Amino acid sequence: MEHTPFSVSAIREHFPALRQKVYGKPLIYFDNGATSQKPQVVLDTLAKYYALENANIHRGVHYLSQQATSAYEAARRTIQQYIGAKGPEEIIFTKGATDSINLVAFSFGERLKPGDEILISAMEHHSNIVPWQLLCERKGCVLRVIPISKKGELDLEAFEQMLSERTKLLSIIHISNTLGTINPVKELIAKAHKVGAKVLLDGAQSIQHLAIDVKDLNCDFYTFSGHKVYGPTGIGVLYGKEELLDTMPPYQGGGDMIAKVTFERSTYNSLPLKFEAGTPHIAGAIGLGSAISFLQSIDMQAAAAHELELTKYAQGILDTFEGLHIIGEAKNKTSVVSFTIDRMHPFDIGTLLDKQGIAVRTGHHCTQPLMDFYQIPGTVRASFAFYNTKEEIDTFVAALERSMQILGA
Amino acid sequence: MSIQEKQQEIIDEFAIYDDWMDKYEYIIELGKSVPTLAPELKTKDRLIEGCQSNVWLATEIKDGKMHFSADSDAIITKGIIGLLIHVYNNESPETVVRSDLFFISQIGLAEHLSPTRANGLLSMVKRMKTEALHSLSK
Repeated sequence: MEHTPFSVSAIREHFPALRQKVYGKPLIYFDNGATSQKPQVVLDTLAKYYALENANIHRGVHYLSQQATSAYEAARRTIQQYIGAKGPEEIIFTKGATDSINLVAFSFGERLKPGDEILISAMEHHSNIVPWQLLCERKGCVLRVIPISKKGELDLEAFEQMLSERTKLLSIIHISNTLGTINPVKELIAKAHKVGAKVLLDGAQSIQHLAIDVKDLNCDFYTFSGHKVYGPTGIGVLYGKEELLDTMPPYQGGGDMIAKVTFERSTYNSLPLKFEAGTPHIAGAIGLGSAISFLQSIDMQAAAAHELELTKYAQGILDTFEGLHIIGEAKNKTSVVSFTIDRMHPFDIGTLLDKQGIAVRTGHHCTQPLMDFYQIPGTVRASFAFYNTKEEIDTFVAALERSMQILGA
Repeated sequence: MSIQEKQQEIIDEFAIYDDWMDKYEYIIELGKSVPTLAPELKTKDRLIEGCQSNVWLATEIKDGKMHFSADSDAIITKGIIGLLIHVYNNESPETVVRSDLFFISQIGLAEHLSPTRANGLLSMVKRMKTEALHSLSK
């Protein structure tokens, strides 16, 4: 698709939230790892859907239902094309990345046996830990954790040693929400496949920063949330290879996912509807489709380069601060700068930054085991999107200096 | 001074700050002046775990009056604790149980006692009232 040259100021124009002031200060939004702001086109799509196109999908014979159905299915195809999936049946709409992972844990997990192993890493988000712990409790499987270095990089040697014919699934974060580490997933996937394991990539932090091609990556599952990629909340995607999804039992029962229901037994709909029980988040799916179309109009390679530059710029300045420790210094990282400051609590830093108009996240970032590894209660995390600027980082740095002065004085 | 008057006094003190940062600077100074809880008092049963910061609360009753001392790992939380302790200490259990902490929202700190803030402060206020209630039923 044709896109105009990358321009931050042009992109910012699309985001009404970025034009507001908080506490009388221009908002600087550095909490993109938690959720991204929404471009006007997504807001318009949602408003138009509810105003004029609202109808339940898939079963209606009337005009509006057909309109809504084709918009919903068009969104699925937009996403399919964007991530390079083979067909629309490989795109399942879910509530979000967490829901997608739970779907795999319950449905794919059905085939696992006592002693089967699931590999995750030490830098996983709770949503890629707890569903597997629940599965292990149900099935007697073993959850194994790939260690990381202090820099926040996977121990690849340990990973290879952990792989065996018992490994049934590798479920791993693509980009760490806490450290920013970009994991070498292509290599991990190839090695996991060699022992016959399937691979789930948690793409909650990668879809908005990297060009994703699921065919090229050759992952078996890829999960992400709509709201972190400029779309609405409450909608997400599970990509799965068709031949794999086909052999997996339904996750939830209800309308839309069935072919025929009798009291004796029911048969199930084909993909992708087999996994979409009940009325889905129609507006969310259509909104997510419009967010992805918006990304297609942007030179995402240039956007990624800009995000990397912001990351390096911020990290380079913060590195010179006395008593400040960057958490996550992987060679290959992007869009996240997490840090702690001696004798200062992240909560205090975050509160003072907030009052200066700067939104960051503080705490454990839903990665408590990772905090235990670094023996810290939490970090301050600035996470960037393509609409952020170096000027904003300068303002943030000045605000941080002032906060440290007040707290340290 | 009544519990109402103590709260009004805090509101008046804060009225001179129209800048958020000045207000927080004051709270931080207050936090630094609140005595640290002795390590042996920082026991698990006195700990109120928040998602962001932790609070420890120790309670004593002397001559029928409540005496709270508390600590936090975050200095802003500790500053707000200082205000709460100032308001509640030397008050009777009945007064604490029945009290309405109107000063918190009047000085613009309501967000810190919202259930979603998860800094342990809301739970601390609840615990203070519970302790006062317990002492009444003894």
